[in-house]
Amino acid sequence: MTETSSKISLLSKNARQVIDEAVKKYPEGRQRSAIFDALREVQHENKGYLTVELMDAVADYLKLEPIKVYEAATFYSMFETRPVGRHSISVCTNISCMLRGADDIVAYIEKKLGIKTGESTPDGRCYLKREEECLAACAGGPMMMVDHKYYENLTPEMLDRILEGLK
Amino acid sequence: MTEQMVNIEIDGKTVKARKGEMIMQAADREGVYIPRFCYHEKLSVAANCRMCLIEAEKAPKPLPACATPVMEGMKIFTRSKKAIAAQRATMEFLLINHPLDCPICDQGGECELQDLAMGYGRGIARFSERKRVIKDENIGPLISTFMTRCIYCTRCVRFGMEIAGIQELGDTGRGEHSRIGTYIGRSVDHELSGNVIDICPVGALNSRPFKMHGRGWEMTRHETVSPHDCVGSNLYGHVLRGKLMRTVPRPNEAVNETWIADRDRFSYAGIYSTDRLERPMLKQNSGWHEVDWETALAAAAKVLRSVNGDAGVLASPGSTTEELYLLQKLARGLGIHSIDTRPRQADFRDDEFEPLFPWLGHSIEDLERLDTAFIIGSNLRKEVPLLAHRIRKASLHGAAVMFLNPRRYEFLFPLTAYLSADAYTLPAELAAIVKAAAKAARKPLPAHLKDFVQAQAPQAEHEKIAAHLLQGKCAGILLGHLALSHPAYADLRMLAAALADVAGAKLGYISEGANSSGAWLAGAVPHRIAGGRKAALKGLDARAMFTEARKAYVLMGVEPELDCWDGTAALGALQKASVVAITPFVTDTMKRYAAVLLPACSFGETSGTHVNAEGRWQSFTGMAKPVGEARPGWKILRVLGNLCELEGFAFVSSEEVRAELKQALAEIAPDNQFKGTRNIYAEPPVKGFKRVAEVPLYSVDMLARRSAPLQATHDADAAWVRLSPVDARKLGITDNAQVAVQHAGARITLPVKLDDSVQSGNVFLPAGIAATAGFAPLYASVELERA
Repeated sequence: MTETSSKISLLSKNARQVIDEAVKKYPEGRQRSAIFDALREVQHENKGYLTVELMDAVADYLKLEPIKVYEAATFYSMFETRPVGRHSISVCTNISCMLRGADDIVAYIEKKLGIKTGESTPDGRCYLKREEECLAACAGGPMMMVDHKYYENLTPEMLDRILEGLK
Repeated sequence: MTEQMVNIEIDGKTVKARKGEMIMQAADREGVYIPRFCYHEKLSVAANCRMCLIEAEKAPKPLPACATPVMEGMKIFTRSKKAIAAQRATMEFLLINHPLDCPICDQGGECELQDLAMGYGRGIARFSERKRVIKDENIGPLISTFMTRCIYCTRCVRFGMEIAGIQELGDTGRGEHSRIGTYIGRSVDHELSGNVIDICPVGALNSRPFKMHGRGWEMTRHETVSPHDCVGSNLYGHVLRGKLMRTVPRPNEAVNETWIADRDRFSYAGIYSTDRLERPMLKQNSGWHEVDWETALAAAAKVLRSVNGDAGVLASPGSTTEELYLLQKLARGLGIHSIDTRPRQADFRDDEFEPLFPWLGHSIEDLERLDTAFIIGSNLRKEVPLLAHRIRKASLHGAAVMFLNPRRYEFLFPLTAYLSADAYTLPAELAAIVKAAAKAARKPLPAHLKDFVQAQAPQAEHEKIAAHLLQGKCAGILLGHLALSHPAYADLRMLAAALADVAGAKLGYISEGANSSGAWLAGAVPHRIAGGRKAALKGLDARAMFTEARKAYVLMGVEPELDCWDGTAALGALQKASVVAITPFVTDTMKRYAAVLLPACSFGETSGTHVNAEGRWQSFTGMAKPVGEARPGWKILRVLGNLCELEGFAFVSSEEVRAELKQALAEIAPDNQFKGTRNIYAEPPVKGFKRVAEVPLYSVDMLARRSAPLQATHDADAAWVRLSPVDARKLGITDNAQVAVQHAGARITLPVKLDDSVQSGNVFLPAGIAATAGFAPLYASVELERA
């Protein structure tokens, strides 16, 4: 918010367009509501995570105090505020999936990728989210979401195929 | 009252409540205490702590009193079994993560959580799991954090959003990982930020300078008044073993509500600065010697009596009314008529037309009820933070707030118009607004203004400001500190008065120091004697008394190289004269020009009265033990009066001094009606770059300049030359480069901040700081070059 520190230039033309569209959806002066659309786009363009500079840029662009953006980004689990692997893997561990063996699925992925939940592979390919709550696909448990795509009725064989398909 | 009322019952007592208000508000008014943490009467309702759960008839579950509106026939039980059970359960949850460290916590003994835990907490904790711990960030020199103690009431977050106008603290993370902070470990910089220390109900946010320095119960509490600005914020001073340990707000809705500025809160640290003058000193045989009071006072009296009235007397506008009354009485008794308290003013041409005292024109409370405010020459937030707060409230209620300033300043509220112009052309800009207003109102221009005003060509922005002023039913025009120090202040004032006349607005002054009003009433100006009557013999003003050198000077609470409009001229005159300085602090510069140094009491050590800008008399008593042999200013002056064999110096208390002045005043009715007629003079053209001086927030007076915590803030980082990027490019100067500024043979080197709010041709060089001490008048032509 100071006179010289504008970081807006960090935002791509596309990101600015997405933000402009989002701002239009809300009454004037309520541009705070556009934070989610803005962060989702900026995170997507930045290989799946946000940096303080990018959050500042969003705040500058929306003419908000940066802390308002930090609050939103840290509250919601779909925003990452530290560097993570480019493919995001979230295995549902809520009740339906758990009863259908979600814990084994998590253990299998951990073993296969050699990382624990919350970690990324050293090559920056995969990121295994710490915990995922119900993704509303209980009929197909155990399930997981990889980069916004659902995979249901998981088996170790399926996991092999899916994980090896991630480049 | 036209509001609709409803009948409710609180704990069996039938009471009336305003329709739509919350149960908490009705209960507070009735004196029924409901425990709370997140609720604060000045902030929005968050209802997140759940401590105020109460039982209401027919409601299946306990309800939060802070967020439940009253309804007709509602029966409320705040102490029923169900209510108490809910409050106890809340307390148990709140204490789950709260550390049991009250014995080492600064809030201990004055902690809302501790107090309520006494009433509602269990003796034994059932929670045996691990508590969460939070790593602290450094949020600046004023506020210390211990976030493990935080209970997430979010009062501090709401304070930022709703009162300060900028959110600096936030609640990041979620659930157990949620924490209050800045997220990136930056400092919290708003000029009212210290208030979060008071509203924090636990020991999470504390005063950093006071940390580990005392306990609430071992200190005595005294009522006092802030000595820094024309609001005169009401304070409590907390004193431990004779030492002032901290100052906190004393609620007074009419003056400071429940807030104070950081300057009011942390300046006390300056009292115990290492350069306190502890004993009287005398220059003998070209060396300084500590002497006893008798010798020093005799030497001072000798100086004063030996010059046959050929002396100048300059006092700080933050001195007490009693001191100023005695000072002018002493001076005039000795035939010294050059006495002034306006060191930063340059233009005194229309002294004779000035009002009784520089009145705000409104009560402080009424500022927030203005529907139109036009403020001329003021960085209001940094000049008088709590007036800015009132104007902000007016703006949020829909008032049209407009500024005419030499550059853009950041205001944290909606502005209707903002006119930014070359500082040296402010009178012309204002005249254009006058012209536009007169035309729109179809009113004739006053004859004496005609030529100057007629010569202007109003633009759209001028017409906009004029139109809003004419529309306003309750409009105010205020002159700020930048107008006051302007070389054509008299013109600005006359034009502002003409504008107020045309628009039917009230004219007001944002005076400097805490007691400009008192100074005027006490006669500590060259053209008025005590009681505001015209002086028969008019002395020299604060500027002329140095340009026309005197044989002797008396200085009280000022450092002319920092406080005077033309510090160079002041130092020059002082060095050739005999100088008696009545001062709490001593500097090397002072030792160079002074002959006698008399140690005076600082803030908190003396009794007296300040009259704020709305004309409110606020008296206070001394509370802390004076450092060394320092004596209250009024006592020093009384003895000097006796030693000079003057009549009427037999006072035994400051109250007697005040009573004598009050008698001279009789009935005062403040009136800012401007009756003068005078031609506006054309500004002589200034060659080269034109300096404009702002006085940084924490450099306004001796005390603030010595407060280490205030000097460590971002606001105190002021030793920069602000230059427009256009001019910088021409000179080949880049951001942060060192630049040499020259004026009349003097040269200083400072780093540059390129600032596109600065008009081309202007150079902003602050005053009141060491880097520019004694360098050039506040407005002057300067030369710039790359250093």
